[in-house]
Amino acid sequence: MALKLSVRNVEAGYGAVRALHRVSLELKQGETVALLGTNGNGKSTLMKCLMGMVRPTRGEITLDIDGRSLDLARMQTEEIVSLGMAMVPEGRRLFPKLTVEENLQLGAFRPVARGKLVKNLDFCYENFSVLKDRRRQLAGSLSGGQQQMLAIARALMSAPRILLVDEPSVGLSPLLVHHTVSMIQQLKDGFDLTVLMAEQNFQQAIRIADRGYIIVHGEIVFEGRTADELWNNELVRSLYLGG
Amino acid sequence: MKRGGTAFWVGAVLAIALAVLAALGIQNEYYFFAGYVVLQFVVLATAWNILGGYAGYVNFGTGAFFGVGAYTSVVLIQALHAPLLVQIATAAVLSGLLGFGTGLLTLRLRGIFFSIATVAVAIIFETLIINWRYVGGATGVQLLRPPVIAPFDSYTKMLFVVMALLAVGAVAVARYIEASWIGRGLRAIRDSEVAAECNGVPTLRLKLFACTVSGALMGAAGAPLPMYMSFVEPASTFNLSYSVSALAMPIIGGTSHWLGPVIGAVLLGTVQQVVTVTISSELNVLVVGVLLVLFVVVAPGGILGLVAKLRSARSSARAPA
Repeated sequence: MALKLSVRNVEAGYGAVRALHRVSLELKQGETVALLGTNGNGKSTLMKCLMGMVRPTRGEITLDIDGRSLDLARMQTEEIVSLGMAMVPEGRRLFPKLTVEENLQLGAFRPVARGKLVKNLDFCYENFSVLKDRRRQLAGSLSGGQQQMLAIARALMSAPRILLVDEPSVGLSPLLVHHTVSMIQQLKDGFDLTVLMAEQNFQQAIRIADRGYIIVHGEIVFEGRTADELWNNELVRSLYLGG
Repeated sequence: MKRGGTAFWVGAVLAIALAVLAALGIQNEYYFFAGYVVLQFVVLATAWNILGGYAGYVNFGTGAFFGVGAYTSVVLIQALHAPLLVQIATAAVLSGLLGFGTGLLTLRLRGIFFSIATVAVAIIFETLIINWRYVGGATGVQLLRPPVIAPFDSYTKMLFVVMALLAVGAVAVARYIEASWIGRGLRAIRDSEVAAECNGVPTLRLKLFACTVSGALMGAAGAPLPMYMSFVEPASTFNLSYSVSALAMPIIGGTSHWLGPVIGAVLLGTVQQVVTVTISSELNVLVVGVLLVLFVVVAPGGILGLVAKLRSARSSARAPA
């Protein structure tokens, strides 16, 4: 079952502000791909394009799944989620005034996921015991690390095949970042996911990536075909270490 | 969950039965005159809350949907001498369409723009009606009541029972929405619309649905108005006071549960009626304003919110340390 997400020459922006310029990348089944870039370089915009929340003005986004080839640029977000793509948004974007359990239930909003709600909820509580202890607590009152865990668990409630993670390190202590990134890798292996992770923390992202891209000012400036290639690239050193 | 359902329907049937018995037993027309208004506000407040409370999209144009409902009846009465049931059904459909149309034009924008647009809708429709001579224009139109249907001995009493049925219907709809996935989605939209979209909640579709249902119920509440008053004119029918009351009552009662608008409407509606008769009809508007400000500042969760707080305070006081 070949699963592939292809982005070709996508241009997108917000009104007069162009955020993405001829961006092309690929995500193949079973990979963990890193999208590296510092603030304001287009990572989140690209993620939103993939989820149908921002419409590209040019270019194509194609998902090959279960023998079908689908144009994501023309689809509604809810349809894309139904296909099996889930996003852990930048800044978590939880439902602060709803409980942990209600947040998780909303992750399974799509009709295809509703039938498996109880089973997936049990899975989540098994894998994230911290959330189980706090199931009736308001999401807004959780700590940063717990919120990140909830955001990831919520994305998994729709039993996705592709997981887009947008800057999971934001607002977390270095130790927690390490833990979160490791957890993403474990979940990826455990649930047979394909992961695209946008990150500013190059070191952490490359740690679990199979390969990756570097995005600067809305353009892909480098494609690393292995994690080593990424890490040894001059750009990474200059952007990350300021050298 | 099922037990709660049975309790609700038993309560609903009892309420209707009580309304009918009162209509057959009590002689003083005034109670039904006032009771009609209170029940009308139960419908309006419940309808408002479906979009405003559950989804967080504040509608300032209740008067428009209510007025469209009333004037639909006027047209049907004058053109076809249509029976009340047809008036209500048609009014619901037309006001529902108005809700859908308003939503389509504005719901792609975020909350505040929708609210501003609803103010405009009320003004637009009032202006349209003022300039439509067939329905009496600015002067209004006088209507003859048809003969009353047995077993009621007065038209007002019959309308009172009709409005009681509408109130129960509106509450049943709100209750169903609240407990369903639609309600879950609306709550998600209210809490964080972006997060809702990310999780595949069809935000536009749900908002349009809520807007349509809300508008339809408001129109249904307006449909019996011409027969209730025997006289309709645009200024009082499209009045801002309907918009303010429909908003204030759920806020006072509590917006997260269907019981909130009912409590708010019964409380505020009754107080307004009492003030109108005892002190002055101008002062009743002041009452709404004062209570609204008081609740927003002191108890934003409304009466239901206060009750919930009391309960949790009491249970935590009782729990062992």
